[in-house]
Amino acid sequence: MYTQALDSQPQSPPPDSAAEDALAARFQARVDAEDKIEPKDWMPEAYRQTLIRQISQHAHSEIVGMLPEGNWITRAPSLRRKAVLIAKVQDEGGHGMYLYSAAETLGVSRAQLVGQLLSGAAKYSSIFNYPTLTWADVGAIGWLVDGAAIMNQIPICRCSYGPYARAMVRICKEESFHQRQGFEIMLTLARGSAAQRAMAQDALNRWWWPSIMMFGPSDADSRHTAQSMRWKIKRFSNDELRQKFIDITVPQAQFLGLTIPDPQLRLDEASGHYAIGPIDWSEFHAVLKGHGPCNHERLEARRAAHAAGAWVREAAAAHAAKLAARAAA
Amino acid sequence: MNQDWPLFEVFIRSRAGLEHRHVGSIHAADPAMAIEHARDVYTRRQEGVSLWVVPSAAIIASDPAEADSLFEPARDKVYRHPTFYEIPDEVKNL
Repeated sequence: MYTQALDSQPQSPPPDSAAEDALAARFQARVDAEDKIEPKDWMPEAYRQTLIRQISQHAHSEIVGMLPEGNWITRAPSLRRKAVLIAKVQDEGGHGMYLYSAAETLGVSRAQLVGQLLSGAAKYSSIFNYPTLTWADVGAIGWLVDGAAIMNQIPICRCSYGPYARAMVRICKEESFHQRQGFEIMLTLARGSAAQRAMAQDALNRWWWPSIMMFGPSDADSRHTAQSMRWKIKRFSNDELRQKFIDITVPQAQFLGLTIPDPQLRLDEASGHYAIGPIDWSEFHAVLKGHGPCNHERLEARRAAHAAGAWVREAAAAHAAKLAARAAA
Repeated sequence: MNQDWPLFEVFIRSRAGLEHRHVGSIHAADPAMAIEHARDVYTRRQEGVSLWVVPSAAIIASDPAEADSLFEPARDKVYRHPTFYEIPDEVKNL
């Protein structure tokens, strides 16, 4: 699923020597020429650190993203819905694995990355700190959250860093079914009983603004957009992607007969774009800082899973050591 | 446990007749587990009919910093390509 344009830590400019300057100029020329950067190539330290942070945050988001939907696997309303939801949650786990592997090519270990998630030091997409209260939330997540994620992720398929770009191609290919199955759930509910329609509307009411905020702070407040664009890690600004998402999603909501929870939403005839009301960024920052409805619960679930799996990891390592010893004897 | 399981590179043959192609990597305690994890992570949609897993540490790679000198010898040998030779249009099947 799921990348979010997270606000990242400030970077200090690299200490420069003449040799480093020459390498940096050559690096930038390659990036400008749309050449891909591969793991063993020289790269500026700040580029490496930015990628490690972005790819690992993206990986963490996939892994934590399994939790809100996993919550509904046992209660999916039919065997078909259950099989689909299991496949989707498995995909999110797989996407996390692709991305951790890509991050590891930059010289960081899996254990370090997982440690950063479990200690709370690493960020993940704030959208997963909201609860899934009803079955309609599973539909709304697929439709809106995966929809927003796809919008964010497609440009990353052309990212300058090869392993990240290749992981994103694979992820985007698999992601399309996630959004369609979500829309199908919403459509079924929207065409159902009054209670089902109300449930779908309630899910849209709760997921609309958090989905809009998935694109990250507005361009005026996004400190690293310019550098990431120069490095071709990022291709479009947060606000451009957000606008694209709004423009394609509003007509889908109209098709469903549901109302977007924004009284100021209107089509601007001149530009052909939908204009929305003000975004409550205080909520976004509060959730990012750990004060969302489920931040605590999500991290606890990951920690508990990691602790409960410790004996499996140890037993597998012991078994492998025994096999290796036997083979050597 | 702060020690990662060893890393394996994963190669998939998408169908008989094609070569195995690198798709990514996987951590596993031993080779049998590497195959199973590679299956789960990289072939959820029938992407392949055969898997290779190779310990990442066993791969010997050329150094990108030396790519110029390594590949330079082939650069001025355009006569290795058929388009180097000019043949009159009237001559067929050549």
